[in-house]
Amino acid sequence: MNYIEIALLGLLIICGIAASLTRNLMVSLIIFMAYSVIMSIIWAFLRAPDLAVTEAAVGAGISSVLMFITMKKLRDINRGFTQEEGGSHEEEAP
Amino acid sequence: MKKKLLDFLREWDEGNFEFSMKMTENQLKTRPEDQDRLPPDRSWTRTEVARAAQSEERAFRRLVPVFMGVFLFAVAGFLLYVVTEMPAFGSSGTPANSGEVMRRYVESGLSETGAVNIVAGIILDYRAFDTLGESHVLFAATIAVMILMLLEREEEEPISELRILRNDLVLRNTAKISVPFLLVFGIYIILNGHLGPGGGFSGGAVIGGALILYSTAYAPESLRKVLNLRSYRLIVIAALGFYSFAKCYSFFCGANGLETVFTAGTPGRIFSAGLILPLNTAVGLVVSCTMYGFYSLFTRGRI
Repeated sequence: MNYIEIALLGLLIICGIAASLTRNLMVSLIIFMAYSVIMSIIWAFLRAPDLAVTEAAVGAGISSVLMFITMKKLRDINRGFTQEEGGSHEEEAP
Repeated sequence: MKKKLLDFLREWDEGNFEFSMKMTENQLKTRPEDQDRLPPDRSWTRTEVARAAQSEERAFRRLVPVFMGVFLFAVAGFLLYVVTEMPAFGSSGTPANSGEVMRRYVESGLSETGAVNIVAGIILDYRAFDTLGESHVLFAATIAVMILMLLEREEEEPISELRILRNDLVLRNTAKISVPFLLVFGIYIILNGHLGPGGGFSGGAVIGGALILYSTAYAPESLRKVLNLRSYRLIVIAALGFYSFAKCYSFFCGANGLETVFTAGTPGRIFSAGLILPLNTAVGLVVSCTMYGFYSLFTRGRI
């Protein structure tokens, strides 16, 4: 039991550092999901099942989904900017 | 209009947008028309004014980081000072550690609220105002997102990648198997909130996740027949209104020593613990609909 908790805490720290150090945002998000799952297991060990359920549902589930969608939206917005740039140049050229 | 806004945002983002620059541009545009009417001195003072404004703005821009640094350090120092003023960890003098509040909750929580799960008794009975505020904060956040996202309602659906995802066989079959279990598990968590671990928020989050999974795997149009903007508004306002009125009634009766309709009942039964079960249901409805609403607004720009 104790060894499992220590291993989980070590994994938690590794995930926290890795999520902030990775370059790729997608990879960092997936590591963040893993962080939330580990945290929910730790909550269950700490005898807080309420928090474990909430952490698993909100932290690993919904917030990551929202962040994935936000990343996609940001990519769309950047693409829109480049398209707008090209369009305006074409208008100026003639 | 939208293109202009995007241009403005991009210029502002790249940092080469200056309001005084725009001002001089406008003057250059209007000057040929005004040249005959206006005396030359006046146009000269105008450019002088513009130049002064430009230098003022440059000085302002240079000062902004300084002010921000001072402000940040002041706030950080204040917060650190407050931390040093707090009682030491585990000191016996604080109400949390002297056991005054804790003893009350542990000893008379079951008889006063009727909830076997003391956490639910604290959240929805002793501190029901906190949960009411949380639900309203969620509602206000959704309203803010709706104000931002529902602006472009008349545009066609811009998503294409999600359509491709919808034909994914693995995703569809996973959703087909897991969504019913997730929904039942969420309902169980909500209804079991006063008897075991769980409650409105976590159960609502699980149901919201199930709805998101269903809407990603299958066509969201089928879900929109049941859950659209109108029914969303109806559900959330009805749930929040019920919560507020029920809690007002309970506070009024409790303060005046009257008997309430909602009695504690036999602890351990499903219909016990007074208001906690209906309040959990209301919170669960608000949270699940809000989670799905966020997802729907973020992907499609509408519920």
